Amino acid sequence: MNADLFNFVAGLADDRLVLGHRLSEWCGHAPILEEDIALANIALDLIGQAQNFLKLAGDIEGAGRNEDQLAYFRDPAQFLNLQLVEQPNGDFAFTIARQAIFDCWSVYLLEALSSSSHQELAALCVRAAKEDRYHWKHSSTWVQRLGDGTAESHQRMQSAFDALWSFTPELFQATAAQQKLVAAGLIPNLSSLESQWRKAMNELLEMATLKVPTVGAAAGRPARSQHTAHLAPMLSEMQGLARAFPGAAW
Amino acid sequence: MDETAQIENFERRIAAGESIEPKDWMPERFRKQLTRMISQHAHSEIVGMLPEGAWITRAPTLRRKITLLAKVQDEGGHGLYLYCAAETLGADRSELIDQLLAGKAKYSSIFNYPTLSWADIGVIGWFVDGAAIVNQTMLAKASYGPYSRAMIRICKEENFHKKQGFEIVATLAAGTPAQHAMVQDAVNRWWWPSLMMFGPHDADSPNSAELKRWGIKRRSNDELRQRFVDMTVPQAQAVNLTLPDPELRYNAATDQWHFGEINWEEFHRVINGDGPCNKERLQARRDAHENGRWVREAAEAYAAKQQRMQAA
Ligand SMILES: [Fe+2]
Ligand SMILES: [Fe+2]
Repeated sequence: MNADLFNFVAGLADDRLVLGHRLSEWCGHAPILEEDIALANIALDLIGQAQNFLKLAGDIEGAGRNEDQLAYFRDPAQFLNLQLVEQPNGDFAFTIARQAIFDCWSVYLLEALSSSSHQELAALCVRAAKEDRYHWKHSSTWVQRLGDGTAESHQRMQSAFDALWSFTPELFQATAAQQKLVAAGLIPNLSSLESQWRKAMNELLEMATLKVPTVGAAAGRPARSQHTAHLAPMLSEMQGLARAFPGAAW
Repeated sequence: MDETAQIENFERRIAAGESIEPKDWMPERFRKQLTRMISQHAHSEIVGMLPEGAWITRAPTLRRKITLLAKVQDEGGHGLYLYCAAETLGADRSELIDQLLAGKAKYSSIFNYPTLSWADIGVIGWFVDGAAIVNQTMLAKASYGPYSRAMIRICKEENFHKKQGFEIVATLAAGTPAQHAMVQDAVNRWWWPSLMMFGPHDADSPNSAELKRWGIKRRSNDELRQRFVDMTVPQAQAVNLTLPDPELRYNAATDQWHFGEINWEEFHRVINGDGPCNKERLQARRDAHENGRWVREAAEAYAAKQQRMQAA
């Protein structure tokens, strides 16, 4: 059970670490100063959440790995994040679409996990859900603005959702670890997530005058078992310095 | 009141230590000088996000990453706050930014130097935020209310940045020999450019006298520079790092640290656009501006639509 719980919690952490990293790449390069600040804020929340989840994962594992060892000294193949969050930033519409897809799902997920019988996990999820509700407000407001802004912004927003939609089935594919945790009563059943998410996204896209892309089928592999080509270079940038000085204090 | 009387009245208020507020009468030249200073300051905060921002994705621990990201975000907030202060003088933020992007407005020359190692992040906090604090502590008493209040608020955060920077420096200095070498190298590269942040000698500073008379600057460039050196030398000694100036020595008579002459040729070269990273910094700002144009247009179009709908 420990290994399953570790994998599940590390997955929560990795989603947030990788997405936070992507958002932090905007810092100093956003379309307006207010967005430099807003995106940095969201990145800060997500990386902070990742730090907490990784710490918990390390405790659960009980092998003496702390949050930094888990973040900096695991290889890409050991990262358990969704493919969605590792996709490069693209234009601002792409970043916002990626974020809206994630935020909406994350709020429902964290709200559900808030009733986990694992108290520490539940407590972290309560806190993170609060933050993610703000993120969802931010990203969904931008989806509306860009979807219903100019012809150009509409087209960019639509292409972004079209391009990212194929990554959404993985959000709802239960990993083996997750299934075992549900069976053991440690976390609630998450099967209603997909319909909740789909309803909220449909409403948002409609309000933003956008078309809901057609749903693709889930890929024929287990969730969180494989990465796209974008994760490895990202991690080598993130981990390079720490790995060049193993054992050093910073 | 005729203008001579207005000016007299204005200067009397300043001499009495009163604060000038946006609605008060002020000489055109005062308005112009202040707009120039505040907008340069705002530009410096924004361009200053770039050299440090380049290390957010590479920070060696999660705690350091979070602290650095928060710091760079703070600098963005400072920029925003200062653009607002400039707008109280009748300036327009987008016009000020256009001047920056056209290469017509100045920003602090320190941000035209590259960040080559993680140690630079510590040294920038220690030196650059430290120098900013010396400058801003003075400006917090400036005669123009919105500027002075902005400085008080900003200075609190700069103090925090400096503390964090020095903590990085102290950690590296006490670390492995390679880490110590890394931070010594950063000190060697950033020391002189940091001294240049205070500007030319008083004798060569064309605006200084006027700014002083109007209570905008209460200390001269050289006085502030000396204060920074006196503050920093003992800190360097405490963490066993050497400042790269063979002339540096304590003068018991003045209770000050004597330091060598700044390379003014380099100072003017960098200020006038020919530093190691001037082109890169300006290009990064231009790219962000150009790539973001369609976003700003969309936000405007959306807001206009919403307004029309509410009116209907
Ligand atoms: Fe600042
Ligand atoms: Fe600062």
